[in-house]
Amino acid sequence: MQIIDVLKKYPASQTSLLEILLEIDRLKDNHYISKEEVHMISEYLGVRTSHVYSVLTFYTLLSTEPRGKHIIQVCKDIPCYVNDAFDVRKTLEKMLNMSVGQTSRDGLFTLEETACIGCCDEAPAMLIDLEPYTNLTRDKIERILASYREVTL
Amino acid sequence: MKEHKLLTKRFGEIDPFSIEDFVNVGGYETLKKAMKMTSEEIIYEVEASRITGRGGANFPTYMKMRAMSKETGDMYLVCNADEGEPGNFKDKHLMEKDPHQLIEGMLISAYAVGANRGYIYIRGEYQSAVYLLEHAINEARKHGYLGQDICGKDFHFDLEVRQGAGAYVCGEEFALLESIEGKPGRTRVKPPFPTEAGLFMKPTLINNVETFSTLPHIIEMSGEEYGKLGSSFASGTKLISLSGNVKHKGLYEVEYGTTIRQVIEELGGGVSNGQKINMVQLGGACGPIIPEHLLDMDIDNERFEIFNSKMGAGAIIVIDDRFDLFEILLRTMTFFAHESCGKCAPCREGHIQIVKLLQKFYDTKVTYKDYESLVSLANVIHETALCGLGQTSTTSILATVEFFQYYYQQRIRQSERREWAL
Ligand SMILES: Cc1cc2nc3c(=O)[nH]c(=O)nc-3n(C[C@H](O)[C@H](O)[C@H](O)COP(=O)(O)O)c2cc1C
Repeated sequence: MQIIDVLKKYPASQTSLLEILLEIDRLKDNHYISKEEVHMISEYLGVRTSHVYSVLTFYTLLSTEPRGKHIIQVCKDIPCYVNDAFDVRKTLEKMLNMSVGQTSRDGLFTLEETACIGCCDEAPAMLIDLEPYTNLTRDKIERILASYREVTL
Repeated sequence: MKEHKLLTKRFGEIDPFSIEDFVNVGGYETLKKAMKMTSEEIIYEVEASRITGRGGANFPTYMKMRAMSKETGDMYLVCNADEGEPGNFKDKHLMEKDPHQLIEGMLISAYAVGANRGYIYIRGEYQSAVYLLEHAINEARKHGYLGQDICGKDFHFDLEVRQGAGAYVCGEEFALLESIEGKPGRTRVKPPFPTEAGLFMKPTLINNVETFSTLPHIIEMSGEEYGKLGSSFASGTKLISLSGNVKHKGLYEVEYGTTIRQVIEELGGGVSNGQKINMVQLGGACGPIIPEHLLDMDIDNERFEIFNSKMGAGAIIVIDDRFDLFEILLRTMTFFAHESCGKCAPCREGHIQIVKLLQKFYDTKVTYKDYESLVSLANVIHETALCGLGQTSTTSILATVEFFQYYYQQRIRQSERREWAL
């Protein structure tokens, strides 16, 4: 879908801004909002580009930089931390050979940390593209990553 | 001790995708009952029930409803489903397992206060709740429970889901309204309160998912009957999100008056792996951390008034004796440093300094002076921040300074010894 088609789905008023940003982010393989897109959004909604940026940079789920095809978010808050026997974050960093905040060279994954995702009753947990994966073990993480790699090959 | 299931009684019994399932067990009947009552009669029942807001601030629900019902012209109903407080997952379960209960509650409230437009603001991380509620709203519209002339009467109300995008502060009511308006989620100075000038500067009633979901039960059983549940401090049932080092983590619905220990031991099965309870965090990251010997307090215990927090939205996070207090505090304060919206200085700058000081404790490189700075900074943020985020964020520090003073002293002494040994 073209950006312009996304825009047309929403009323041309400022209150649509966050929904539009989220939808564009979701549609794009590299999950970010480019300069050109900011201009198109600003024109469509009749708000300044600086306003679009103020919203775009405020919210953690959005990005102004290209990211991987799949965004992995590891929960770092207490309910997951006290149930994390093997260090989910370090395990992922090792398996993906990169640190939190980075994107893999093949562009497949970006690794991020997240605040609590409400999966505390099945801790430890993470999200991949906002899909929850819970009761994580080392084996489980390996299988999950493999499944994302296969689908993309 | 058993659960008292009211809001959770249909969980697992009905298919959340099926409005027929909901209607077959009496769903939307209470709306019809409410629509035969006057606005003031409904609000009176809510007052008699003594229910207070379940989103954390415990404000009497009827007061906001009454204030709204006096307004005229355009007004809005907003459901706060941002649930970002670490350790809480009750609203997720309410939305994913019984979405029509929430819609019915919002309809009763809208009818009582005279609003005809509503929003449900769901955090972006809860995609399945977003999906389920959008589905439920469409079904309700098809069956004549949303839209024009609801149940054949002169009552119009429609609902829309809005998503958050990963900002904890958007759970704060004014930040949430700003976010719906398409702005960064920064709070506003109050007054005016949302019931006077809220969304698009129109009167707005904002309640938590659990608060709205309780309304049908209050109207169904009468406010007086509902008010008999619970304790003299707080009426009704409360959803508790139990997590951490317990055998059976999960969501439990209990009457107010239940003790923290009962929830942890009788429902949660106690601590896992033969460890011992060291600390329990109540309410979430913004709540106090208490020691084992205080667990016999009610889940609504007044004692927490001193920290201005009580049980918050109802999280209980159990932490066993393998964990270091300062690691827990450091993670908690790092969270707030990241989530501060940046509008007011104490919160924006204060949390950065707090994190630095806690890092020193964590690294065993701390002095008594650092300790004094930490306590005074925690008090300054608590007393001067613009919104509830900074006003509550340092509760865990203030509580542990009181209840775990020896850990602070011990870490300072260890740091001194470490220094001498160098
Ligand atoms: C930083 C912060 C975060 C909050 N997060 C939430 C939240 O996620 N959900 C919620 O219902 N209330 C939250 N609140 C409380 C709301 O401001 C408000 O009191 C509540 O939505 C009112 O609804 P109630 O009266 O039904 O509880 C938060 C408050 C603060 C200060």
